[in-house]
Amino acid sequence: MEISLAAEKIAHIGSFPVTNSMALSWITTIFLIIIAFIATRKVTFVPSKIQNFFEMILEFLFNTANDIIDDEKATKRYFPLIATIFIFIITNNWLGLIPGVGSVGFHEGEKFIPLFRSANADLNTTLALAIVAVIAIQVFGVAAMGAFKYAKKFVNFKGPIDFFLGILEIIGEFARMISFSFRLFGNVFAGEVLLLVVAFLVPFVAPLPFFFLELFVGFVQALVFTMLTLVFIKSAISSH
Amino acid sequence: MEPTTGVSVEAIKTIATAAAIALGGMAPAIAIGLIGSKGLEAIGRNPEAATKVQSSMVLGLAFAEAIAIYSLVVALIVKFV
Repeated sequence: MEISLAAEKIAHIGSFPVTNSMALSWITTIFLIIIAFIATRKVTFVPSKIQNFFEMILEFLFNTANDIIDDEKATKRYFPLIATIFIFIITNNWLGLIPGVGSVGFHEGEKFIPLFRSANADLNTTLALAIVAVIAIQVFGVAAMGAFKYAKKFVNFKGPIDFFLGILEIIGEFARMISFSFRLFGNVFAGEVLLLVVAFLVPFVAPLPFFFLELFVGFVQALVFTMLTLVFIKSAISSH
Repeated sequence: MEPTTGVSVEAIKTIATAAAIALGGMAPAIAIGLIGSKGLEAIGRNPEAATKVQSSMVLGLAFAEAIAIYSLVVALIVKFV
């Protein structure tokens, strides 16, 4: 039973190495694009079943976002990014539970290399999402308040204590990046390892409750990432 | 000075892995319990504000759980790197 913290490379495009988690995130992207195309092909006022399903998802996300940012116009402005983060993370997590991910692969010398691996079980993916979220928070803050007013939150010359607090805020932004990425990575990777160990110990029937746990954890982690991004956007666009 | 007897690096790595996650999971567990109990108390007092309390509670739970995840990541790094 081999557990590798880093994602293994399965192919090379020219000199660019492709890892197995990257391959699964490509499959997620293609899957989401196809689904989006199918769902919006004929948008009618009285929705068909597929359209109804997606309207349910979007309504849930919009209400969650609106509850935190109490301004409907502002929510509409930030909604695409929020919804994309949620849908991307949850699809990645759930597609990583399909039987075959993590178990179908090839042998390279002595090691076994699975062809696919849950996309968020790779620190690169979660770090990318975290960097996108934190940079987006800064951009939204600057767009809502103007560059000078937003910079005053971080670089504040009014007094020594305020200056120190500003520096702490800058460090806090980087800490958010790390905490976002490690929270998602830790949850998904630990879930993968848990499933591997349980399947190794008792291959039949016993992994079922753990798969339910992983479904739940996938949903909760996507929701938590989204809600934390929303809360930080709210605090970035509001002037104290 | 060469040790004549001693434990191997592998043994120390295993003990460190177990200790990291065991000790690192204690405080977040207490924190999550406290957050949950205060949240439920607030909902019980004022059932109309249930959704607001719930979203803030889940947020606080995520922050507390993140600390446990950090210790889990350290344990994994010690074991597998």
